[in-house]
Amino acid sequence: MREARVGQVVLVTGVSRYLGGVLARRLAASPDVERVIGVDVIPPPRDLGEAEFIRADIRNPMIGKVIAQGDVDTVVHANVIATPTFAGGRTPQKEINVIGTMQLLAACQKSETVRRLVVKSTAAVYGSTPRDPAMFTEEMTAKRLPASGFGKDSIEVEGYVRGFARRRPDIDILTLRFANIIGPRIRTSITDYFNLPVIPVPLGHDARMQFVHEEDAISALLRGVTGGADGVVNVAGDGVLTVMQAAAIVRRPFVMVPMAAAGPIAQMGKRLGLVDFSADQMSFLAFGRGMDTTAMREVLGFSPTYSTRAAFEDFARTVSPVVPSLDAVTGAVGGVVGTAQQLVGRATKGVR
Amino acid sequence: MATKNTAAKSSTTKKATTKATAKKATPKKPTAKKPMTKATAKTATTKATAKKTAARKTTPKKAAPKPDATRRNAPAKKDPTGRPSSVAAGAARASGERARRRATPLLTAAVESAATSSAQATPPAPATSSTTSSTAATKAATAAVKAGAPGKTSATTTAPAGGRGAHRPRPNPRSEASSKATRQAGIRPQSPRAKRKADEAARRHLRVAPPPAPTPPAPDPTATQTDMALPVPGIEELLSASIAAMRMAAQGAGFSPEEVERRIAATLAFIRRRIEGDYSVDEFGYDEHFAENVIFPLLRPLYRKWFRVEVRGLENIPDEGGALIVSNHSGTIAIDSLMVAQAIHDEHPKHRVMRALGADLVFQTPFVGAFARRGGSTLATNADVDRLFAQGELVGVFPEGFKGVGKPFKERYKLQRFGRGGFVSAALKAGVPIIPTSVVGAEEIAPMIGNMKTVARLLGVPYAPITPTFPLLGPLGLIPLPSKWIIEFGAPIETASHGEGASEDPMLVFDLTDQVRETIQQTLYSLLMQRRSVFF
Repeated sequence: MREARVGQVVLVTGVSRYLGGVLARRLAASPDVERVIGVDVIPPPRDLGEAEFIRADIRNPMIGKVIAQGDVDTVVHANVIATPTFAGGRTPQKEINVIGTMQLLAACQKSETVRRLVVKSTAAVYGSTPRDPAMFTEEMTAKRLPASGFGKDSIEVEGYVRGFARRRPDIDILTLRFANIIGPRIRTSITDYFNLPVIPVPLGHDARMQFVHEEDAISALLRGVTGGADGVVNVAGDGVLTVMQAAAIVRRPFVMVPMAAAGPIAQMGKRLGLVDFSADQMSFLAFGRGMDTTAMREVLGFSPTYSTRAAFEDFARTVSPVVPSLDAVTGAVGGVVGTAQQLVGRATKGVR
Repeated sequence: MATKNTAAKSSTTKKATTKATAKKATPKKPTAKKPMTKATAKTATTKATAKKTAARKTTPKKAAPKPDATRRNAPAKKDPTGRPSSVAAGAARASGERARRRATPLLTAAVESAATSSAQATPPAPATSSTTSSTAATKAATAAVKAGAPGKTSATTTAPAGGRGAHRPRPNPRSEASSKATRQAGIRPQSPRAKRKADEAARRHLRVAPPPAPTPPAPDPTATQTDMALPVPGIEELLSASIAAMRMAAQGAGFSPEEVERRIAATLAFIRRRIEGDYSVDEFGYDEHFAENVIFPLLRPLYRKWFRVEVRGLENIPDEGGALIVSNHSGTIAIDSLMVAQAIHDEHPKHRVMRALGADLVFQTPFVGAFARRGGSTLATNADVDRLFAQGELVGVFPEGFKGVGKPFKERYKLQRFGRGGFVSAALKAGVPIIPTSVVGAEEIAPMIGNMKTVARLLGVPYAPITPTFPLLGPLGLIPLPSKWIIEFGAPIETASHGEGASEDPMLVFDLTDQVRETIQQTLYSLLMQRRSVFF
């Protein structure tokens, strides 16, 4: 075990997407890290700074050569894609997520140099059902395993990571389960959802949601790479927001949709290119999910700067009114109510 | 020259034609109407390429408030290719674009991507700043173009030579190189004054769309309020008139008008905070703002006037810290849990909120589940109970569950099995007192004389009751009968004295469960003896 972490060589997968790209840039700027190798199948659209970019497909055994040649000692797997549209469909998404992870872990297993693996996972592994506890701790498992989509991929990814941990017990493995990452710059299915002109909400449900700000997510990953924590850690901002509350904060009207009609509506949203939601995300919108973040503070030693609400408000600043009249309606109602309230208050004061 | 120009023209026909139509509208240059003549063709081509490059440059400036008329439609055309979105990346991956890219050398791709990224990174900055951050090769081209920029027509000819260096075998008929080189020429196609004049002229004639409306300010509640109050003239008068009318009505009805006004003000304040999302929800979904303003006020008439609940033993509930309220459960419609919560909230000196534990069926049901969570309920699991006790909350549990609520009327006030004693082990683990609670009167609100088991199975609910009124009167049958209720909170049973690890002792857990059950049963019997009649 090399204790001197001065010359860390970090391999980051998925640098062409927002989080991976920014992480690679920050890592390269960090004094603890000597060299950063960014890997993705498409060239990064953003500036990677000091980080080097190597075009390599993690679904291909070539990744082993990259690790060997670069003398990599820390691998950050940030290439588990949440939204099928961003990967070019469900099939490539699954391939990148599952086969990519398998190949990457196989390469790590063969490697002599790798000492540390950081996996960016998700809260979706906990699923979302009415039988869930209010807050999931790291040792809990899903009450009903997500049957499709990103959640299922993530569970498989974590399964492979556990298998890898068994085969290479000498490598420190840190799995970070992030709540929905949100912020002014990142684009996910949840940001698309709250960008809809009218937000469809499951009828009769008001799910609790947790968010983590994009800056906090990057800081947590940075801390995970340079720190010594291992195991599984939940990462989420403090507090919860409900779906309707969030809709109120982005100042969008919502429409109640029966859960039975949610499937066709999701399909329509996908066709129109508005939002891409899988079945497990629909149940998330109905039943919600919360994660306990004690381990985040105690094991990872990280505390987010943004609470769930602050993160969401930061995102909501960037949501422009798609249809100004709709925004005006909510504004008008608020305005009339405010005026009436002031008048009543004035009248009451006058009487007393 | 001529061949080159025609070739370039053919490659950029589309742009040229659009430009030509634009020109057609301007009265100053009627020559543009005849694009066949050599000179006009030449200018048109130059303009077209310049415009194309301008379009490329201005792509990041799409959000600029007033783009000039010539550039207005250009960014829209260029946008899908100019800004590689992640969707596009995905599509590229799927359509084999990746394979094609892999075949191309990496260096150029990196340079290109660096250029686009730098352009993207500074969207509001002027075009010149993005030029400075470009690569050296393009800088050279820029210099060359700037040198030849004043002579507009010569830009196309000098630029490629500057970009490629002196060694240039033959004039390239393709527009690729020339467009790249003349990209910089797009920065300043003419003098600012001439440009403004031309823009104005173009705007006068090319009235494609009205000028963009000023963007509304950021969602600031005060700002929108003034905005919205203005367009309706006399809204204040209208509202004050209606308020005066309400005062009159209140006086007529015999209420205090001040009280009515206070209520209205409170309601309006409530609505406003709900609209703006200005309330907080705890990790279990308890929405204090909603509970205090909707749930408790809504249930209060039912509690005071309908059931006339009499509460005993309130002193047994601690003022602070965790405690476990264990109560019987009855009445077909499970509103006894709501009434116990109401009793503690309204009558207890500290107005504590009881956090009831519910079955998963509750949280699965639309509206009921959301309502229950807002009222402070959560799922009956050990994890949640431990968490609530760690926060020092008052937890309410109804261990009979559906067995108690859905029992036939003839078995009234006979306690059913008390689950598996999970509530006792949770209390033991946290060392909080158990408060046995007995509710009398709830059994009679909807006497269950039959159970439609097939219907229940079809609907997936534990029971489908037949009461004297229910299927008979339809929804009216759901109105509970106005029985007189008594809620008694018994003496607390201490659990802290059993020490650490007591929750792991099943014998102790069963003993305590039986003790709690017996206490409640005995209290129920004695309360029934004291009660004068069901309804009074």
